[in-house]
Amino acid sequence: MNRISTLFKSTQEPILNIYATAGYPNFGDTMLVLNALQEGGVDIIEIGMPYSDPVADGETIQQSNQVSLDQGMTVTHLFDQLKNMRQSISVPVLLMGYINPVLQFGVERFCQKCQEVGVDGLILPDLPLAEYQLSYQSIFEQYGLLNIFLITPQTSDERIKQIDAVSEGFIYMVSSASTTGAKTGISSDQEAYFKRIDNMNLKNPRLVGFGISDRESFIKASNGASGAIIGSAFVKLLGNAKNLREEIVGFVKSIKGLK
Amino acid sequence: MIDAGISFHVSEKGYYGDFGGAFIPEMLYPNVEELRLHYLEYMMEPSFQKEFHFLLKDFVGRPTPLFKAERLSAKYNTQIYLKREDLCHTGAHKVNNTIGQILMAKRLGKHKIVAETGAGQHGVATATVCALMGMECIIYMGAIDIDRQAPNVARMKMLGASVVAAQSGSKTLKDATNEAMRHWINHPVDTHYIIGSVVGPHPYPDMVAKFQSVISEEIKWQLQEKEGRDYPDYILACVGGGSNAAGAFYHYLDEPRTALIAAEAAGQGISTGHSAATTFLGKPGVLHGSKSLLMQTEDGQVIEPYSISAGLDYPGIGPLHAHLATSGRAKFFDITDDEALDAALECSMLEGIIPALETAHALAVFGKLGAKPDEISVVNLSGRGDKDLATYQEKLKLNQ
Ligand SMILES: Cc1ncc(COP(=O)(O)O)c(C=O)c1O
Repeated sequence: MNRISTLFKSTQEPILNIYATAGYPNFGDTMLVLNALQEGGVDIIEIGMPYSDPVADGETIQQSNQVSLDQGMTVTHLFDQLKNMRQSISVPVLLMGYINPVLQFGVERFCQKCQEVGVDGLILPDLPLAEYQLSYQSIFEQYGLLNIFLITPQTSDERIKQIDAVSEGFIYMVSSASTTGAKTGISSDQEAYFKRIDNMNLKNPRLVGFGISDRESFIKASNGASGAIIGSAFVKLLGNAKNLREEIVGFVKSIKGLK
Repeated sequence: MIDAGISFHVSEKGYYGDFGGAFIPEMLYPNVEELRLHYLEYMMEPSFQKEFHFLLKDFVGRPTPLFKAERLSAKYNTQIYLKREDLCHTGAHKVNNTIGQILMAKRLGKHKIVAETGAGQHGVATATVCALMGMECIIYMGAIDIDRQAPNVARMKMLGASVVAAQSGSKTLKDATNEAMRHWINHPVDTHYIIGSVVGPHPYPDMVAKFQSVISEEIKWQLQEKEGRDYPDYILACVGGGSNAAGAFYHYLDEPRTALIAAEAAGQGISTGHSAATTFLGKPGVLHGSKSLLMQTEDGQVIEPYSISAGLDYPGIGPLHAHLATSGRAKFFDITDDEALDAALECSMLEGIIPALETAHALAVFGKLGAKPDEISVVNLSGRGDKDLATYQEKLKLNQ
């Protein structure tokens, strides 16, 4: 079984997944950030592959993508930085990004590299279900990569069932119709939406993403799901940090409620 | 010239050959899927057709004339007609699409509109139909384009639209499109996105091409009246995203006697690093919801294009055009800023028509086409040059 499914099977506590843009704040910080996240007690790490035109992302993540690209980050450099990742990182790792850089790298070569460095799965928001099934699913599966799909409050029950059938690992439940970082906090409407999905008895667990920034919103989101994902709030911390390792460890502990 | 068996119409799955599809985040799926399921049905409804054609006639001023350009014809020793889309209300072909899409938005039950604009022509055409229908309108426009197309910004505001500057990336059309898509992601329930060209996820390229196809529908009967045959030897159009070209080509896609000629903005030249000529410089890639040709780095990052003409300053082209280019059905020419400026001046002086800078790229092809004396060409005169006067004044030194 892959690391992600194992994690969900073995953990009763809310699962914390944190997104970090690769090569940010500095080109060489990627592994430092990963190690500090794990030290703080994160459950899953999502590494953002920077892209020039990230349409599903709000300003914070856009800017971090641009800074990283300006500092020379590429898919090739990223795999190079992650080469020995599994010597220190034992938590599941996802790559999040847009489909075009993957296409240019070569889909098969990309999947092969992911397997080589120990990446467990992918989140590609502009690769929807139909296109995935049409030309990507068999290659992803060949290299043991999970493809994580998103659902939103507007996704119909019928489509959620389709996505659940094709998914493995977990489903990324977007908390509201928005780009990343647009809204913060979790409203009662959103809690009702999480409950509605919970009552569908899907085979896959869900993590809630978008709008989660602190322990309070993390706990609220985790009430209707297996855990939550923090992106923009953490990227903001990366952008402002004076002592990167210490602040990352402190942030993760504060979310998880650890001392 | 046309291989039997190649289709230039969109497939069931939304593809033209290898290009097209719908690469959109899940947040947009319900909107795009609703459109995909219903666009043909809604367009074909007699009440839709009636309203669409009524507005094209009485509001836009269609049919637009097909004008024999005698002095240009004499200059190039061939037969040249101009399809006068510049005479459409708002000054360009863009309004054919916005009329169609605002009617579509009404049927979809949406009451707010978002759009991107480059030269401002699509923004003006969108603001215009929103005023006509009493809908709220937000236009995203690159900060650089806001500067170089100031008259159109003022027009949009006068028509009641909010104009929002896109500050990211190259601050031009690509970034305005990103921002418009983000706005739609944040407002999926009440808002329809009126894309301004034959780009975006399926079914947009096909829907926009069908709304613009009124151009070649008219050329067919107009040419029949004037020349006794309903097809030209050449149809020429400029390609930014490709909507005016798609409309001018549409009824000739399967006509082997008509050569399809597309003009792309080479900027300072295709090997200078300051260009927007996608079919020359692009590779297959995904941007703004579809797979097409795309100017990009080896790492798959989108390259910021350059053209003097805001409407052609885009790193991609619509999937239909990528298919027309790679299959050889259409021939693409790369036209530099300077060639376009010369052609704009020539058309103004010989025909009394000041064309848009975008359109001037199509006119500049005559210097390279080698059309024979008795051959007939139709140029889609996609827009008028009023919006470009500041650029013309500066570059053609009209103040001296
Ligand atoms: C007059 C005119 N022609 C052409 C274009 C390019 O767009 P398309 O290739 O979609 O026709 C524009 C875009 O703004 C325009 O204003």
